[in-house]
Amino acid sequence: MATEDSEYWRWKEYNWKDPEMDWKDAEFITAGVDVGSVSSQAVITLDSKLFAYSNMRTGSNSPDSARNAMNWALEDTGLDLEKIQYVVGTGYGRVNVPFADRAITEIACHGRGANYMYGPTVRTVLDMGGQDCKAIRTDEKGKVTAFLMNDKCAAGTGRGMEVFADLLGIHIEKVGEESFKVEKEPPAVSSTCVVFAKSEATGLLRAGWPKNKVLAAYCSAMAHRVVTLLERLGVEKEFAITGGIAKNSGVVKRIEKELGLTALDVNLDTQIAGALGGALFAEALAKKAQKQG
Amino acid sequence: MYVAGIDMGAKFVKVVILDDGEIKGKGMAPTGFDLDEAANSAFNSALENAGIQKDDLKHITSTGAGKKEVDFRNTEVTEVGAAAKGAISLFPGSRTIIEVGAEEGRALRSDENGRVLDFVINEKCAAGAGAFTEAMARALEIPVTEMGALSLKSAKETPMNAQCAVFAESEVVSLVHSKTSKEDIARAIHDAIASRISSMVRRLSIEKDVTLIGGLAKNIGFVESLKRDLNMDINVPDDPDFVGALGAALVARKKAKEG
Repeated sequence: MATEDSEYWRWKEYNWKDPEMDWKDAEFITAGVDVGSVSSQAVITLDSKLFAYSNMRTGSNSPDSARNAMNWALEDTGLDLEKIQYVVGTGYGRVNVPFADRAITEIACHGRGANYMYGPTVRTVLDMGGQDCKAIRTDEKGKVTAFLMNDKCAAGTGRGMEVFADLLGIHIEKVGEESFKVEKEPPAVSSTCVVFAKSEATGLLRAGWPKNKVLAAYCSAMAHRVVTLLERLGVEKEFAITGGIAKNSGVVKRIEKELGLTALDVNLDTQIAGALGGALFAEALAKKAQKQG
Repeated sequence: MYVAGIDMGAKFVKVVILDDGEIKGKGMAPTGFDLDEAANSAFNSALENAGIQKDDLKHITSTGAGKKEVDFRNTEVTEVGAAAKGAISLFPGSRTIIEVGAEEGRALRSDENGRVLDFVINEKCAAGAGAFTEAMARALEIPVTEMGALSLKSAKETPMNAQCAVFAESEVVSLVHSKTSKEDIARAIHDAIASRISSMVRRLSIEKDVTLIGGLAKNIGFVESLKRDLNMDINVPDDPDFVGALGAALVARKKAKEG
């Protein structure tokens, strides 16, 4: 087993709750669980307000990952699963959320979640997930009007970045800042394929490039890759990035530069957009169910 | 009359020395990052193998991704050109030639003289190249040279969902965790890359005979999977990784004769 120190790809898992809120005051308590290929999140909302969430690595078993994420989000809230009126499962493992009342695609959930997180002016959402990348256009209600997705190739995904963090021995959460410690922006790594980019990077290291410079070259390559996807869809302002890579300024700033557009900033975990959208859909569905008696 | 062909591949440099069309010597060296050194090392071992001096050579032709890096070359030939010439010399009936190297997959149609009529290349993605099996062997924790024999022990089809080598690596790890046998996983890996290669080949219209060359042709598991996928027999030469260098040497021979 590798030691913690050498696991450069490993990002911090955590949970959070709003200390100002009390679930006892809420009429609707709903949840969304996003079981992704790399990370899983559970979000609890009270009357359409974010109350608590968890964010952790997906294990080898989707139902267990869903349960663990949910239990962790519930921790110290005084709530238990029974009190949650409606649960929506989303993400790659959405059909494997045993306690979900319904499964909804992650594209729809990301659109809805981004609308809450960044406000109704968001029209283009780039979700950079662990094993896929989606460009989504939404209306002012967070409804998806168009999307494009790459889930075939690791270039432009979090997994690709993890491979590089490991190769260079730079912690995944430090990739952004480290990639700017270069005198001059180097040309982007030319290989698209992560496997080939890795051999290219090894060559650059042997040729004497410092690690940061190689990292900068890879961040540029990844930015270029996803900008291509965005441009095929067409980018309309305002623009926001969700998912794990949204926390990586090395990629975000280079996307912004190439697009000539600034991404909206948010004080929330960008990885929870899908689960949050799920929880908001869950509330709408709970209301509907109540009306129907 | 001695001539040489040198194939500067992504992983290995291969050299073939011909004496009036007969193979006199061979040499190979890992490409690494110093192409000059790799070229010289493979070249010198081929000279030694043939028992001749560099000055005995009338013409040297280079091919492969790094063909322009060989400063002692007289001429160069494209990878598809070298593949066609080399394969036709070994199997004159070859009309479709598939070459799978470490970082590239190619398929081409050739006439009986080794003239290339049409070709397709994948050089963008490891899923259709030898690098894929290497990455999977690492995930399985077995030497890549044992993968072929291991997969032949499997009689079961196990679907792989991931195309991308990076994603497939995680999938292999999950398969190991779910107690799928290494034999079945090895077969699943070869089936996956074979299906990638055959869909590339089908972009050409396949004409018989089909000959497979390149380093991955040494993997009998992959060869079996490809035969199954294409539903036809495939010629595989003894040293499939040297066919590009052989083709380059045949080009060198022609150039030398032309003066």
